[in-house]
Amino acid sequence: MTDPILIVHDISITFPDRNGSLDALDTVSFTVLPREFVCVLGPSGSGKSTLLRILAGLLEPTSGSFSFAGGRPKIGMVFQQSNLMPWRTALENITLPLELQGVQADEAHARSQELIDLVGLQGFESSWPRDLSGGMAQRVAIARALIHDPDILLLDEPFGSLDALTREHMWTELSHIWQRRQKTVLMVTHSIGESLILADRVLVLTQRPGKIKLDLEVDLPRPRADEMRYTAHFGELARRLKEAIG
Amino acid sequence: MDWKLPLRGKPPRTSRRSLHWTAFASLAAALLGWWLVSRFAGLPAFILPAPEQVAVRFWKALTDGSLLVHTAATLTEVLLGLLAGTIAAVTLGYAIAKSRLFEQLVSPYLVATQAIPIVAIAPLLVIWFGPGIFSKVLICALIVFFPVLVNTVVGVRAVPRPFHDLMHSLRATRGQIIRMLEVPAALPVLLGGLRVGATLSVIGAVVGELVGSDHGLGFLVNVGRGQYDTALVFVAVFTLIALALALYGLVSFLERKLLIWQEAFER
Ligand SMILES: Nc1ncnc2c1ncn2[C@@H]1O[C@H](COP(=O)(O)OP(=O)(O)O)[C@@H](O)[C@H]1O
Ligand SMILES: [Mg+2]
Repeated sequence: MTDPILIVHDISITFPDRNGSLDALDTVSFTVLPREFVCVLGPSGSGKSTLLRILAGLLEPTSGSFSFAGGRPKIGMVFQQSNLMPWRTALENITLPLELQGVQADEAHARSQELIDLVGLQGFESSWPRDLSGGMAQRVAIARALIHDPDILLLDEPFGSLDALTREHMWTELSHIWQRRQKTVLMVTHSIGESLILADRVLVLTQRPGKIKLDLEVDLPRPRADEMRYTAHFGELARRLKEAIG
Repeated sequence: MDWKLPLRGKPPRTSRRSLHWTAFASLAAALLGWWLVSRFAGLPAFILPAPEQVAVRFWKALTDGSLLVHTAATLTEVLLGLLAGTIAAVTLGYAIAKSRLFEQLVSPYLVATQAIPIVAIAPLLVIWFGPGIFSKVLICALIVFFPVLVNTVVGVRAVPRPFHDLMHSLRATRGQIIRMLEVPAALPVLLGGLRVGATLSVIGAVVGELVGSDHGLGFLVNVGRGQYDTALVFVAVFTLIALALALYGLVSFLERKLLIWQEAFER
């Protein structure tokens, strides 16, 4: 057995609220192995985004703790909205993490080239974000999350704002990227189908306060094609997830 | 011109080109009307000089060097006041935007200063700081301060939280967040404030000079009035208009250069 890259231990968080307080997460514990693709599935308001924000160091949990193997990790984050800075071109958005690390511009451009090929953005390098389609913008966001070679990818419903066709296309691309780049991925979603197409494991969060109700191994063979959705085993896994969400 | 109160949100953006044309057309019409009135109304020249008299006076003031000297004096006050007022307003505005506590601490004073009409305290400032350039720069800075401050606060506060999340998740330093996120994000609103401030600064300088000074275009207005040289008053006023327009154009130019990523500035 390999050692986990992330150990989450009994994390709870309570937000102050107009009428008292709001429990968003309740004693959430799980581990993630290196290069594992884990989906966090749950209804809206179950604290999925809050969990990612805690792991990214943007929020302090009220109680509990988490630790990454090898100390503070480099994080690549993708948000539901592509979150591109409108005053930067696609390329400049992708190289932002390197710029923050003080990497020289010419080296940053050289390092971005491979990623631009990987996510299929050739020819759009100097486009402004407002001229990119939703799918294109999310590709830029994914490239930006990968460029500084992060230890873990935190994805918060990255395809939630895309239309169904583009979304399925992006699933294939993300699987491909994940296999090529050997990254550990923790991805939040509220789509059962999405989690079964992408993940090695699915954690189900309950309605508020979010608590882990099910930790499901997805033992479907890879690469996973769309047809797999119509197999009996896929249906069985989907049924169990649906039951857990309630 | 943008005489809207700089309360919140972005100032409206019209195409500079059409704005220039409208301004040009209305100027030409006004000139024609002026000429007709001076020609046929039979007013004495110290009430309304004819356009050609003003042109002659302009040439004289230009060739004897006085116009240049006084324009340079006013421009210096305007620019220094704009600079000082903007630096103070952006610094304080940033602090207010970032800290509710600081906002609550200083906002009563800021609101109170807004209730003081600058025109009314200009004589006081001239008494305190003398008729030299300093009192004028101070008046300009004071008049520029508030609109730029308000726009700075609005601009910095309006930076979407997900951008901050992104920067923090990438462990950006405070300086990097200011330089690579807050400044570019707030720039459109800030430049809107500067556009208002630039024209206000011209007003501030003239008010100061009218109150008491021995240089500047406001001083020239006083001289012309005292000597019944109304043509000179016209020359000074037109030079002031040109000055304000030039500053306005400069800020617009900056907007076009710096905000190229905004659709409104694409050709
Ligand atoms: N900063 C915050 N302050 C107060 N309440 C918050 C904050 N962030 C999230 N919440 C609340 O916590 C709950 C979980 O939110 P979130 O993590 O965004 O859920 P999800 O991403 O699963 O839809 C929601 O009820 C939300 O209103
Ligand atoms: Mg969410």
